[in-house]
Amino acid sequence: MMEMLSQILSTIITTVSDVVPIAVIIFGFQFAVIRKPIPNVGKVIAGFVWVLIGLSFFLIGLEWALFPLGKLMAGQLTDPAFIASMNDSVNAAAQVTKEAIVLSWQDYSWVYIFAFLIGLSTTIAEPSLIAVAIKANEVSGGAIGVWGLRIAVALGVAIGISLGCYRIVVGDPIHYYIIAGYVVVVIQTMFAPKLIIPLAYDSGGVTTSTVTVPLVAALGLGLAETVPGRSPLIDGFGLIAFASLFPIMSVMAYAQLSEWQAKKQMKKSGEA
Amino acid sequence: MRSTFKKLSKFMVASIRDLAPIIAVILFFQLVIIQQPLPNVGQLFVGVIFVLLGLTFFIHGLEQGLFPIGESMAHAFAKKGSVFWLLTFAFSLGFGTTVAEPALIAVAAEAAKVAASGGMIEATEQAMADYATGLRFTVAFSVGLAIVLGVFRILKGWPIQWLIIGGYILVVIMTVFAPVEIIGIAYDSGGVTTSTITVPLVTALGVGLASSIKGRNPMIDGFGLIALASLTPMIFVMAYGMVML
Repeated sequence: MMEMLSQILSTIITTVSDVVPIAVIIFGFQFAVIRKPIPNVGKVIAGFVWVLIGLSFFLIGLEWALFPLGKLMAGQLTDPAFIASMNDSVNAAAQVTKEAIVLSWQDYSWVYIFAFLIGLSTTIAEPSLIAVAIKANEVSGGAIGVWGLRIAVALGVAIGISLGCYRIVVGDPIHYYIIAGYVVVVIQTMFAPKLIIPLAYDSGGVTTSTVTVPLVAALGLGLAETVPGRSPLIDGFGLIAFASLFPIMSVMAYAQLSEWQAKKQMKKSGEA
Repeated sequence: MRSTFKKLSKFMVASIRDLAPIIAVILFFQLVIIQQPLPNVGQLFVGVIFVLLGLTFFIHGLEQGLFPIGESMAHAFAKKGSVFWLLTFAFSLGFGTTVAEPALIAVAAEAAKVAASGGMIEATEQAMADYATGLRFTVAFSVGLAIVLGVFRILKGWPIQWLIIGGYILVVIMTVFAPVEIIGIAYDSGGVTTSTITVPLVTALGVGLASSIKGRNPMIDGFGLIALASLTPMIFVMAYGMVML
């Protein structure tokens, strides 16, 4: 019980120290430079307090439920014994030849599926993505749906993380993937609707914050520790980079698809 | 009071829907694939409830505090017309919110370990702490710079893709010259710098600015600040790795 209380307290202190510099900057500039009263100042301060309480609760909950579970599962799924047990052929071969189990990249299929699903589901719950989606929906006058954007981003993160896991397993250098990704982004930029481009670029940075980063980092480090020949220090990183690159592509693709569909419909109604 | 309660319960339902997929994925893997009992079920349950409440309160505070203040300040700066103060504010916001960011502190400490094991710096605690602090300030500076550049872009109405693609080219060139050990961390550092509180504030600032300046479209010009803030750290972390050899 004491341990729980001290944990709650230390989380609140961390959150407060996270919010205080921001509050100081905002209110400092408001009073020293803008020199005008803040509209609805009581409500705004109450909002800050809600954010503070909300974030503290959120982080404590993550610390108690999601992170230990996520790390445990990442460890279990990347455990060579588990992977071998899921693959009877590997097992049988090892028993026949009495050799050490040699795993190829296909044997890690559950890891990729887990990476995909955990990337998808954590991104849906990412608070900063919800914030940006609300804003984008408001600014676009409803043309960009809150859920459409969130699902497009989540799919991007999911694909990115599973590809990133594959990279750790096979041990390719990260920059080939990232540079190839950049090339795709540049090509897509030429063809995507102009309105979506800034939002698509933003969604790369937005996806990776409180929920996704710790879980994904645990998966990457776990994988790099257990796959033979990988060093956690060099290969364990990079999943976050994948998770912030792929949403850019998926959001642009989402916009291109919806534009294409709208055009098709226009054509149809024009013919009719 | 009543309307607050009503809103909160609406956000609560939304939060339950947001978290349901995570719980489903974890339960599926735990029960069907891994097939091992969950440890500490009681604590897990309390944790999930906390996450739920936290998300609800956060979204409520966001709509009541962070979004309005970000936009009202953007309008006030646009009205005041002082580019100097606007850019100073932009820098302070970027630098101030990043330098204390817990995720960045963790990544910086990790990077120092990598540097020490790679023999780039001495493997003493002092050298590693210095390296980590230097890296933190470098990244925070780069985020401040990114917000300044982004705000300047909104004022000028430049298309974001030129800045971003230019940044990509720089990243690619620097990848060739940067020490191998630092590359993974540099690429990751772009994603970790933008925290849950910074994102809504910076987004509101950009959209507010773009909608209060004549001739700017909030959709085209208002977004893009976060993208820049996640690009510059990659460049600066690689530069830091090269300079600190």
